[in-house]
Amino acid sequence: MDLRYSDADEKFRAELRAWLAREVPKHGAPPPRHDWDARREWDTGWQRKLFDAGYAGVNWPKAYGGRGATLTEELVYYEETARAKAPYVGMNFVGLRHGGPTLIAEGSELQKQRHLQRILCGEEVWCQGFSEPMAGSDLAALKTSAVRDGDHYVVTGHKIWTSFAQRADFCELLVRTNPAAPKHKGISWLILPMGAPGVEIRPLPTLRGESDFSEMFLEGVRVPCENLVGAENDGWRITNVTLRFERGTAWASDIVDLTQSLRDLARLAKRLTRDDASAWEDKSLRKELGRLAAEADSLWALMKWQIGEVQKTGVPGLGGSALKLAFTELNQRVFEFGNRLLGRAGLTRDDFAGLPVNEINDTFLNTFSLTIAAGSSQIQRNIVSERILGMPREPR
Amino acid sequence: MNFSLNDDQLALQQGIRDFCEREFPADALGALEKAPVTRERWKQLAEMGVFSLRLPEAQGGVGLGMAEAVLVFAELGRRLVPGPLVWTHLAASAIEGAATGDTIVGGIDDAHPTNRPQLVEHAGVLDAFILLGTNAAEQVAGNALVGRDFATPLDPLTPVRHVAALPHGARIADAASAAEWRRDGALLSAALQLGIAEATLELAVDYAKKRAQFDRPIASFQAIKHFAADMYVRTECARAAVYAAGATRDDAAIGDAARAISAARVVAGDAALKNSRMCIQIYGGMGFTWEMPPHYYLKRALVLEQAFGTTDDHCERVAESVAP
Repeated sequence: MDLRYSDADEKFRAELRAWLAREVPKHGAPPPRHDWDARREWDTGWQRKLFDAGYAGVNWPKAYGGRGATLTEELVYYEETARAKAPYVGMNFVGLRHGGPTLIAEGSELQKQRHLQRILCGEEVWCQGFSEPMAGSDLAALKTSAVRDGDHYVVTGHKIWTSFAQRADFCELLVRTNPAAPKHKGISWLILPMGAPGVEIRPLPTLRGESDFSEMFLEGVRVPCENLVGAENDGWRITNVTLRFERGTAWASDIVDLTQSLRDLARLAKRLTRDDASAWEDKSLRKELGRLAAEADSLWALMKWQIGEVQKTGVPGLGGSALKLAFTELNQRVFEFGNRLLGRAGLTRDDFAGLPVNEINDTFLNTFSLTIAAGSSQIQRNIVSERILGMPREPR
Repeated sequence: MNFSLNDDQLALQQGIRDFCEREFPADALGALEKAPVTRERWKQLAEMGVFSLRLPEAQGGVGLGMAEAVLVFAELGRRLVPGPLVWTHLAASAIEGAATGDTIVGGIDDAHPTNRPQLVEHAGVLDAFILLGTNAAEQVAGNALVGRDFATPLDPLTPVRHVAALPHGARIADAASAAEWRRDGALLSAALQLGIAEATLELAVDYAKKRAQFDRPIASFQAIKHFAADMYVRTECARAAVYAAGATRDDAAIGDAARAISAARVVAGDAALKNSRMCIQIYGGMGFTWEMPPHYYLKRALVLEQAFGTTDDHCERVAESVAP
């Protein structure tokens, strides 16, 4: 066990810190959430700057535009971008955090050449077409069909909860290629070009009142067979590679951000007056915040552990389910605490009186997506108890 | 950076685990109640390096660090090895005979002298006693601890005595060393708590797999599985935090050791208490019996909650480091 960052890591940190100090202020404030064109431009524009400076895909292979550095340097990257409050990955989440990593692990050479560098430099935005109205927690029950027709698949079906679908270029699409096989054995993983004829997007307002996700209707969409990732009908295995990334390492930056958020909440508590004193004078409030921070620290330590696993095997282990479960639940508690800290000022979602009301309340509302997406907390508990603790499996 | 244990650390962990399984088997906890600490066993623990682990080799110790000590203490916690393990370990360099197991050293963290009454653990077997005050540590002879022994201590393996007036003695550590002992004591307690969290998770899962109701193992019910998953998550978080705190304590370049230790103590303390409670619940009626092991774990977790600062105390310390 050696938790010390190397001299090379620290050199990378110093360079990155200086670069962020220059560039983050220049990128300006994020656009309003309903302005989809501006959001895409802002998110991908930042990604382009990272790419040009050599900070995109820190751990991705050099051959595909990445930095080719160690995962430890990637941890340094997360620590520094959180510290500098650099723009969040936003619309690049799917491509950067699990789509790209899936292609690196399982994609064909052509697929890697086509997509990886474009994801890294912000030219390609990806979305995820996994869930269906009747295939949520029971993901393998998905029905969207893909039928071979020459060198194409013809895809018909209905996907749901597709974040950023209206501005994405490609989609991680799960389809059923063999309806006669047992449900886990007839699935394939396709790269769907969102511009293909027959793709219809219907935005769904979320509980935040914005349409961050959509329904996606696919009617006879022709997808080239070369867009198949892995073998036909081996899609469930590939899906699990994607989910391992989505549950395991995709949250690394969010855990660091959470620690930063707790620091901001502590500072806010010092500014707010409660019962004729600063809210920070309240011992029970300090204890609650300290407990949340201790848990966040432990998750960062657990993430480092996880990264060690990835270094050995290339793909995050099942422990990612534990991490995803713990992080998303803790994240919800942190922002619920933030909402309580605001008191009656928290009855709005708009910033006023110099208070970060919008950030706290909207982040809190958004935490409810995280405990459901990528396998709900209950599904993660099933995975932990069955696959790690060896308890009997649910009917599948 | 590499979080994995190295071969030496794995061997150390396995060695102490084998020893504890042999000497403190889970089904023989009741047999320890009459005499939880004996000289013979204390000597055996010393031979395993429990007390001399961090003492420099030049002073006859093993010369290892806190990263290794937490591994050893987690194993001791896992088997509920009784006795003032942390105190004797802390005293290795300060009190003659502690490192070799010839002097059984106990103590009390008396950071707040107005917090009374205070109960002293294992008073009846102590050769020496450390009064860890706010600004110094004093050494007192074990036989100076005059008071009343309770017939029914909360933890049957941790006898306690009410010493109305804690005796003072020779100063053996200044304020800085006292603060360091307090911090190290919190971390070693966290490691013991981690062991409790690990053991109660394993006990509960094993029991749930064997116990059948409605013609199937209760481990097949989501109500049970989800409790077990939460126990697992708490244990993993506690282990990561305790190991990280050990490494940080050894190397200041890694980060803020005080923060890491308090965070580890909070997470491990929660894990020990919540897991041992849940273990009793999963055992059902059997969990409420004296014969079954879960209650011993809950009771030890409650004892450790009062050692070297409570979970609440450490929450506050973490908060202070979040917003100095």
